[in-house]
Amino acid sequence: MTEEKTYVEDIDRSLYDFRYEDKDAWKVDEGLSADIIKTISREKNDPEWMREFRLRSLEIYNRTPMVDWGPDIEGLDMKNIVTYVRPNTKMTADWEDVPETIRDTFEKLGIPQAERESLAGVGAQYDSELVYHNVKKEVAEQGVVYTDLESAMHGPYAEMIRSHFMKLVPPTDHKFAALHGAVWSGGSFVYVPPGVSVEIPLQSYFRLNAPGAGQFEHTLIIVDKGAYLHFIEGCSAPKYNIANLHAGCVELYVGEDAVLRYSTIENWSKNMYNLNTKRAKVEKGGKVEWISGSFGSHVSYLYPMSVLDGEGSRSEFTSVTFAGKGQNLDTGCKVVHNAPGTTSYVNTRSISKSGGISTFRSSVVIGNKAKNSKSAVSCQSLMLDDISRSDTIPAMDVRTDQADVGHEARIGRISDDAVFYLMSRGLSEEDARALIVSGFADNVGKELPLEYAVEMNNLIRLEMKGSIG
Amino acid sequence: MSDSLLSIKDLRVRVEEKEILHGISFDIKPGETHVVMGPNGAGKSTLGNAIMGNPSYEVTGGEIFFDGRNLLDMAVNERAKSGIYMSFQNPLEVPGVTLGNFIKTALEQRTGEHVRIWDFRKKMLQAMSVLQMDPSYAERDLNVGFSGGEKKKAEILQLMLLSPSLAILDETDSGLDVDAVRTVSEGIRAFQKNQDSALIIITHNAAILNSLHVDATHILVGGKLVRSGDASLVDEISEHGFTAYETLS
Repeated sequence: MTEEKTYVEDIDRSLYDFRYEDKDAWKVDEGLSADIIKTISREKNDPEWMREFRLRSLEIYNRTPMVDWGPDIEGLDMKNIVTYVRPNTKMTADWEDVPETIRDTFEKLGIPQAERESLAGVGAQYDSELVYHNVKKEVAEQGVVYTDLESAMHGPYAEMIRSHFMKLVPPTDHKFAALHGAVWSGGSFVYVPPGVSVEIPLQSYFRLNAPGAGQFEHTLIIVDKGAYLHFIEGCSAPKYNIANLHAGCVELYVGEDAVLRYSTIENWSKNMYNLNTKRAKVEKGGKVEWISGSFGSHVSYLYPMSVLDGEGSRSEFTSVTFAGKGQNLDTGCKVVHNAPGTTSYVNTRSISKSGGISTFRSSVVIGNKAKNSKSAVSCQSLMLDDISRSDTIPAMDVRTDQADVGHEARIGRISDDAVFYLMSRGLSEEDARALIVSGFADNVGKELPLEYAVEMNNLIRLEMKGSIG
Repeated sequence: MSDSLLSIKDLRVRVEEKEILHGISFDIKPGETHVVMGPNGAGKSTLGNAIMGNPSYEVTGGEIFFDGRNLLDMAVNERAKSGIYMSFQNPLEVPGVTLGNFIKTALEQRTGEHVRIWDFRKKMLQAMSVLQMDPSYAERDLNVGFSGGEKKKAEILQLMLLSPSLAILDETDSGLDVDAVRTVSEGIRAFQKNQDSALIIITHNAAILNSLHVDATHILVGGKLVRSGDASLVDEISEHGFTAYETLS
């Protein structure tokens, strides 16, 4: 009888599904109240303005109605969600100092190895707090700041954080933005000074381990004039039979002529409600590049938004979404063209299988100031069987007649001929299909650093397992 | 009979509701090259697809034995692993995997052994030079954006590197210009040097056969083998065409 509550398909996700009991982790009570918020604020040693910000956000949360336009989130009962779980450790810059079970978790996920081999800096969050943060000396010497928000709020960047924190995504934006404002914890603060190019990527990894918990990390990245940064975020969680919630927030400020590439592979377990808000503001001549892979989660609402505020600013959005059994993934993106000569390019792929629902939702707004702007949206869907569903809901709002907009949507299936072709070379049917699906997701795969592309293809192979017959 | 590599008996094949092959039989011994010729729509490609096991082609009667095993009981990939290869008339484009990596994967599937990358690369570059293929094609996604000619060359490249014991070349020459036919034919000749490997060349054009050794020729018209003979039959067809046989079907 207990099994019927699980939405999780019986595939081997053991790579991600291992978990440790944290008997000595400290948590707040389930649910939401001013007392809980005050406790979190005290625990986190917030400055006064942040404490007030949290309480104000809670008020907004309480008076904002639940979203009613997307996938069903009735299974998410805030009364049962633990909003703050502090692992029994302090943040450190040495993996040796991270408690063994937590270190082991990140070892299994390959984070320390990736750090040694291909990253300029790493932040690792376990439940509500960062347990590890380190940035390579050479990068730090360029003046690049990569740290946790909590300590940065008490340091030399306190003012910068205060003037940017939840200014792009205000708590009034929607109910879960308000929730985030009230209970946020963990995440990263990155500042890249003018003209500095960070040659190798920085990465944050978020691991939600506690059952019935919420993760509300906040990522604030400011890339100053003419600077370059590639930031990677990875997320995962083991599966439980009770709902978990992820309501993170990402705010990206891209300065004049700066370029920020922001890559994520989200791989939540299938009991997760992933209600994430991401937004970028781009100044004159700057560019934001979103690379996004959405796997796992029970329900996702995810629409990274680019506000093209400066003349000639650009946005590129490349994503893939894979919805399997019991999953309803509503993903897409928004672009607001606010200045002349701005360009947006959207290229998405969605895959649905075993009754999964995948919806692509986009909104492109070209304002009346955005003369000579261009937008091209292309979305392709792949349905792997007859019981799955794929929807495309593109919206365009063009307020100037001097704009060039295009939209293209395609929906398809795996061709029997392609499967036969690959099988005729010795591949099993399962491998043939997995290869075709990986190829379909290659728009994202080829933009990711090699080791992430490999991980993504492993995820696809995992999702494709047992898909035959 | 027992020394046959491939033995086809009274094979009947249907595509959707229509029977295309009405009972054909022939045998191939190791090392032999057989040519199957016939006008458009005669069922030539159906024959190749049935041997390879394309699920769109339903075998309704007869049998196919390969190396003593009943092929009709085997899945497509099992047939491939047992040593059968088909060069496709219209090779499919598969993004996400490079031609080089794909051949390496196929080779590993076939042999069940890990392929050593440097040895493999060396062989691949040699084969590519025979086919006058630019080495950069090995790094490109499988057939994606290849011209018709390059796709066919990529098929022959796979043939050369996988060295199957039976290869079916389905209209490999169609859509190729004279020079490309000659180049592809070089690759096939290199494959023929492998003493034990048998070939079925499906074509309606004799040009590809000019420099190749041929052991037997079968004329397929209207889903039946109307005549079988030696290599000289190819010349006869080149001169007179199939008209003499169409009334026979």
